[in-house]
Amino acid sequence: MKERYSRQILFDGIGEEGQLKLQKKHVLIIGAGALGTGNAEILTRAGVGRITIVDRDYVEVSNLQRQQLYTERDANDRIPKAVAAQKRLREINPDIEVDGKIMDVTVEEIDRLVSNVDLIIDATDNFDIRFLINDVAQKYGVPWIYGGCVSSYGISFTVLPGETPCLNCLLETIPLGGATCDTVGVIAPAVQMVVAYQAAEAIKIFVEDFEAVRRKLVSFDLWKNEQSAIDVSRLKKEDCPSCGESPTYPYLSYENQTKTAVLCGRNTVQIRPPKKVNRDLNALVTQLEKQGGAIEQNPFLVSYHSENRRVVFFKDGRVLIHGMKDIVEAKKIYHQLLG
Amino acid sequence: MVIHVNGEQRELLNDIQTVSDLLNHFELADKKIIVELNANIVDSSQHEEITVQDGDRVELVHFVGGG
Ligand SMILES: [Zn+2]
Repeated sequence: MKERYSRQILFDGIGEEGQLKLQKKHVLIIGAGALGTGNAEILTRAGVGRITIVDRDYVEVSNLQRQQLYTERDANDRIPKAVAAQKRLREINPDIEVDGKIMDVTVEEIDRLVSNVDLIIDATDNFDIRFLINDVAQKYGVPWIYGGCVSSYGISFTVLPGETPCLNCLLETIPLGGATCDTVGVIAPAVQMVVAYQAAEAIKIFVEDFEAVRRKLVSFDLWKNEQSAIDVSRLKKEDCPSCGESPTYPYLSYENQTKTAVLCGRNTVQIRPPKKVNRDLNALVTQLEKQGGAIEQNPFLVSYHSENRRVVFFKDGRVLIHGMKDIVEAKKIYHQLLG
Repeated sequence: MVIHVNGEQRELLNDIQTVSDLLNHFELADKKIIVELNANIVDSSQHEEITVQDGDRVELVHFVGGG
């Protein structure tokens, strides 16, 4: 056991005491894409006691350039990312507890997910979910680490409730469009740089070395050779609805939640039933067979292909309609197929 | 005019006068951004008023959603 972690125990900032603390900590990683897989692998190897990693999507070939836990096989079999990540992480380090959850995180789930968690790592790809994370983190006093990257650029900030400004202080409103979608692509080194910032902060927090926590908002561009760090402490707002003196946690209220979402850069619409269902995939296949088209099935989902349109049905009720960004059109197809 | 942007020296045309001009120049005008000028954060409401001078140190950090 000691040998596995010997090189980081030798490191002054961790030591034996720090290693024992790491082993008692529970991290929630939301998203198992590029940032999620990178963070999860480092923290698994570092011996963080319990890792919960949550994702709503499945592995595709275009993920393999940067999402380090997945193989071509996972992509060919359309394995949900949470399942593929859990498998690989358990192979890397069987001494820790790894729990992969196939789940679209909304206000209903996040409350449950956050209980008994020491830290949340943001590895998501949109600001709707980040504002949800930001509010729930304030509500329960859990630190969280924002990370974002696109093209050769990346950014990170650590939110410590009661100390630093929160995301709402920095942004005030949810940014719309543009920046969230990967129309301009991303290179793996930019991902890894953000992962390095996030994972280093995570380890500092787990070993409780709060003095070492970076308080600045950092960003970099690996292609333009730029880097930047800004002290944003004066942006903390006393009347912030998320972290201020009388918080209302606006993003945790149900009416602020969307049930349909256009998935970032995927040309895909996700539709989520109002209530959680346990879809009978075999019955669904029987039903779809009547409509013609190609059907593939694995234990987690059914993929249906017809007239250059692909629709994926998850066991938890969610449906992904590929090849479109039009929510209305997507709902039409959803109801055509499912009644 | 020469200013330092995110640690790199940049030679800029003199028609860039305000923080807004600078953001336009770097194609950051439509982004959620935090601007620091000589170690002070510039309020977004003042981007059109505050001017940049030769030798200034500017940090530009914009938010992105990908991950
Ligand atoms: Zn705040």
